[in-house]
Amino acid sequence: MAHFTKATSVKDWLNQRLAIEKVEKVMASEYWIPKNINFLWAMGMILAITFALLLVSGIFLLMYYQPHVDTAFYSVNFTIMREVGFGWLWRHVHGVAASVVFLIIYIHMFTGIYYGSYKKGREMIWISGMLLFVTFSAEAFSGYMLPWGQMSYWAGMVITNIFSLGGLHVDGLVEWIRGDYVPAQAFLNRFFMLHVLLLPLAIMGLIGLHFAALRIPHVNNQDGEEVDFDVEAKKYLDGDKAGSKVIRFANDFMSKDMMVVGVYLIFFFYLVFFHYEFALDPVNFDPADGLKTPAHIYPEWYFLWSYEILRPFSVNIGLIAFGFAQVIFMLLPWLDRSPNTIPASRRGLFNIWFWLLLIDMIVLTAMGKLPPAGIFSTIGLVAALAFIALWVVLPFITKNEKKV
Amino acid sequence: MKNKEPLILVVVVAFTLLTYWLVEPFAHSQMHKHVESEHFEYKDLPAVTKTGNAANGKALVTGAAACTGCHSINKESMPAGMDAVMAAQSYGVNPPDLSNVGAIFDTRFLSDLIKNPAHALKVEHKFDAAKGKMHPMVAFYGAGGDIDQEVADMVAYLQSIAVKPENLTPKMAFENACGRCHAMSYENWTQIGEKPSFKHKKDSLAFDIKVLEYQDSLKAYMGKLPPDLSMYYRSRSTHFLETFIENPQSQLEGTAMPRVGVTAHAAEKVIEHMADSADTKRHEREEVGTNVMWYTLIFAIFAFLWKRSVWRDLH
Repeated sequence: MAHFTKATSVKDWLNQRLAIEKVEKVMASEYWIPKNINFLWAMGMILAITFALLLVSGIFLLMYYQPHVDTAFYSVNFTIMREVGFGWLWRHVHGVAASVVFLIIYIHMFTGIYYGSYKKGREMIWISGMLLFVTFSAEAFSGYMLPWGQMSYWAGMVITNIFSLGGLHVDGLVEWIRGDYVPAQAFLNRFFMLHVLLLPLAIMGLIGLHFAALRIPHVNNQDGEEVDFDVEAKKYLDGDKAGSKVIRFANDFMSKDMMVVGVYLIFFFYLVFFHYEFALDPVNFDPADGLKTPAHIYPEWYFLWSYEILRPFSVNIGLIAFGFAQVIFMLLPWLDRSPNTIPASRRGLFNIWFWLLLIDMIVLTAMGKLPPAGIFSTIGLVAALAFIALWVVLPFITKNEKKV
Repeated sequence: MKNKEPLILVVVVAFTLLTYWLVEPFAHSQMHKHVESEHFEYKDLPAVTKTGNAANGKALVTGAAACTGCHSINKESMPAGMDAVMAAQSYGVNPPDLSNVGAIFDTRFLSDLIKNPAHALKVEHKFDAAKGKMHPMVAFYGAGGDIDQEVADMVAYLQSIAVKPENLTPKMAFENACGRCHAMSYENWTQIGEKPSFKHKKDSLAFDIKVLEYQDSLKAYMGKLPPDLSMYYRSRSTHFLETFIENPQSQLEGTAMPRVGVTAHAAEKVIEHMADSADTKRHEREEVGTNVMWYTLIFAIFAFLWKRSVWRDLH
């Protein structure tokens, strides 16, 4: 058994029991981050803060929301938006954060791809990150069902229909997921449970894994430089702060994070108060009506690219392409055969591949929302084929990359 | 080493804005029919050339033209012949009270409505006299004199008894122009009026039954129950609401909803009432929003200063 002495201070008392000084060192002051990074490295902190905003606003909304098909719409649009003090604020924060979090996730993901931050020991960071993307997607979708508006209902109908797996006609699976033949009470209840319990738990667990995955390989830097963290940390602790290639997580890195967070929050709250329609779709302010299909059914903007990979093909091929799009990002560390962990700008063909992928996904996103007719349909098909082709050629173009 | 951050920021912002523009303004411009506003001028209806005489108009409205046979004018102590439920059973919808119509509906529109209801209301696809489908409002065929003069007199009378436009409230405009077909439950409005608070459940249920009976007639008349407008200010754009109110056929061809013929001023009031229901907290939102923006700006400045002081030793 450990030896305890009479504590000299509260800190000492806690230290003997929880080793708080050691924890502080491990987690913050001697958690070493490369100095050679830019503001894109602050996206993790921004995501953590946005997740906190979602969690807090969600807790307040949960106090008044009623998961019942007869009262859900009313509890959101009347009770929360009109009756509860600042209920409108929590709803706007929740709705806008749910949309903006995906913008930041995409920036975070493309930063990782650009700087090769999924290679050489960082594979688990990438995989846990992609699992977070999947769980966030499920969280966003299940949350979208809850106001029980027209888009909730019809998006629920369309997306759960995907599980009939086209030509296989597994209609029983769709009914099992819905708990009914159409989205109804059982459907709303289970998506409510997923949204407020199971998926947030999974997300929090995965965030822990994502952070843990970062410990051993350390954070990448913007030149792909291999940093000897032990040597550089010693240099820092010996007083050569300017000469060392590493900085403390707190306060060094944290202060930069907070600066970026400050700018981000200005953008975020501008959207919350003055420009929220993109996140709170007007169509969803009509109550769900199973007898009235909206003229256009489209997912939120962050699902549009994968929706467009599903849409331009016949049912079965579309589903295969859609399945491909869902898993392919996960395999990136193995599809990129290059030995280099350096920014895309120094990787020749991969650089072209990166920008093409980014542009292709933006094109897919745009076509996913536009009506699938005429020229938009053709552009969507070409972009979907291009997406698949890009991933097929990736191993070949990276295999011949010269080691730098 | 050169600082690449400004360039990175430009790239991130540019791609974000491009994506936003594609999925929001551009996509919506392609998805929805564009309808130009007609500014509530009702130019398709004949211009009014005669100057009306309110005294003659009163004699016509209450006498030869027989308006008060179906319409009440509560302001002038002329009550309706039957209650809303029974009126709807007879006509399909409860005929409006004429007390304030002069302030809400356009002069051209009222003049044409009196002579040819289905035409002014743009519901000739539903009501065609030649096919034996008469509009429930009987057209005025003249009282023996110059029909245009008589119509002008009646309109002048209705305008003389109506509230002054500046005293027209959003609620009044909505209830007169929309409220006999559309409920607005968040404002406690039913098609037969505001639901009072009853002491006994029995009385409350009796009122609900009346509403349901009224709605049955309305459904038969309109083809379906017109939607509750509680949240329409959030579910439709202001431009859509404006153009739809001034001419429902322009946005939704063949709809059973008649053109209601409100003036631009009354339309503004109607939309304000819809905002009062669907976006009750809009003024609070702007006020809180401005304060939060200032707070966040100050936070960002302090964060920047903190970063600068911490990083002074690191460079």
